[in-house]
Amino acid sequence: MDKRMTPAEVVAELRDGMTLGIGGWGSRRKPMALVREILRSSLADLTVVSYGGPDVGLLCKYGKVKKLVYGFVSLDSIPLEPHFRQARQAGSFQAAELDEGMLQWGLRAAAYRLPFLPTRAGLGSDVMRINPDLRRVRSPYDDGEELVAMPALELDAAIVHMNRADARGNGQFLGPDLYFDDLFCLAAKRRFMSCEKLVPTSEFQKEGSLHTLRINRSMVDGVIETPRGAHFTECPPDYDRDESFQKEYAATAKDPEAWEAFKVRYLDVPEEEYQAAVKERARG
Amino acid sequence: MADYTRADVCAVAVAEAFRGDGEILASSFGTVPAVGARLAKATFAPDLLMTDGTATLLEEPLPVSGDRAEAVAEAWMPFRSVFELLWNGKRHVVMVASQIDRFGNQNFACIGPHEKPKAQLLGMRGAPGNTLCHKTSYWVPNHSTRTFVEKVDCVSGVGNDRAGELGPVARFHALRRVVSNLGVFDFETPDRRMRLRSVHPGVGVDEVREQTGFELVIEAEVPESRVPSDEELRWIREAIDPEGFAKNEVPG
Repeated sequence: MDKRMTPAEVVAELRDGMTLGIGGWGSRRKPMALVREILRSSLADLTVVSYGGPDVGLLCKYGKVKKLVYGFVSLDSIPLEPHFRQARQAGSFQAAELDEGMLQWGLRAAAYRLPFLPTRAGLGSDVMRINPDLRRVRSPYDDGEELVAMPALELDAAIVHMNRADARGNGQFLGPDLYFDDLFCLAAKRRFMSCEKLVPTSEFQKEGSLHTLRINRSMVDGVIETPRGAHFTECPPDYDRDESFQKEYAATAKDPEAWEAFKVRYLDVPEEEYQAAVKERARG
Repeated sequence: MADYTRADVCAVAVAEAFRGDGEILASSFGTVPAVGARLAKATFAPDLLMTDGTATLLEEPLPVSGDRAEAVAEAWMPFRSVFELLWNGKRHVVMVASQIDRFGNQNFACIGPHEKPKAQLLGMRGAPGNTLCHKTSYWVPNHSTRTFVEKVDCVSGVGNDRAGELGPVARFHALRRVVSNLGVFDFETPDRRMRLRSVHPGVGVDEVREQTGFELVIEAEVPESRVPSDEELRWIREAIDPEGFAKNEVPG
């Protein structure tokens, strides 16, 4: 089966008000080409679930987020995502803030088709106050402990970015961490995986060990080849984070004119022009 | 060797928080805690585990600059393994507190109401789960009545009063130390309120009292914080923080 798609075809499958999961972590291996395609679309009122980085910052900046389910939003080398900070301080979306561990627990519950999974994380903290829908569950065994019942974070769609993939939807990560991309796929009804490079299935084991083949084709509906599609987040071993570009992006949060110029040059244009502009910028 | 700085004293205090921890992951946020954890591992707590900040447990920690010379991996530690290990309890974390109260409730999430904060800070991150699951200490580089407060705006790290109300389910909750630029604090009191454990050399007990927005437990005799030994200073200057980044966090 050939699952190849274009970014535009992915966005055409998304609807206003959907719950969208985004893989990666902070400013690391984010499906940025697909995020940029969403920015250029009319999609609105999204509930976004993410270990947030510039994906979340940009979607907030564009006013696409109605509700955010998250534990943090960071650019890693810049600890707090400045566009996210701005949107938070303007109160422009519902902030369903969780402990980092609770987030993967909710994804895992959805992945296993369970209504919830119990955990201690959250007890006693303001996570319980911020999320009044969170309930507790008592252990039915002799200990009788009362734990947080972390509800399943069921996703309408998930987008993730891998180093390599084949046309049938098998995906390979070659960097240090898969993050929770497998759980995002398992928790979602529709799963879209962009990749640095599409390869024949027979090439996978030349690229990395068997253990790097963590996304199998039953977890994926669409495959999108987007070279440098995680830019400006890191995507090792293919490329590091573009720190200089990230700095420029971060600085636009405080400067509406700089933001407008950034948007015109990099975001109002198709992906190929984005990549060309980034290349030109690097040449100085 | 007497030419130690306030940052060195703070780093030694953080290192002391790890004493006796054995074979668990030492995690630190902020420069002084990074120096302190490495110092503990280099000297009296060699069994501590430390990561490179991404997905590798290293045989020997990197200098705080992160400059990698020859780093030997002893295990793979992606984020999901960190969650497993921390829920399993094999960890002591030192987190920064933007605000902390007398029972050790910590905030680094936001200032003002959570719905529309006056200032968005780091966010909840892992603080709620960390504090319920394993040992936690805090670092406050700017001790004042704005950081040591009567009531925190948002509880990210759970304090002793709240943990006590939860009962046995919170039995792994364990606040160890709070290290600030002025002194060292613990919760070794009958009602587990914050106690002034020691003052750094050159700091008066009255200064600590004035800069704290709640009533500390202060005993009649407050010792001075331990100063670094010659060996510890050598470790800091030559291996752990040769560039002196910790001084940017704590001048003087």
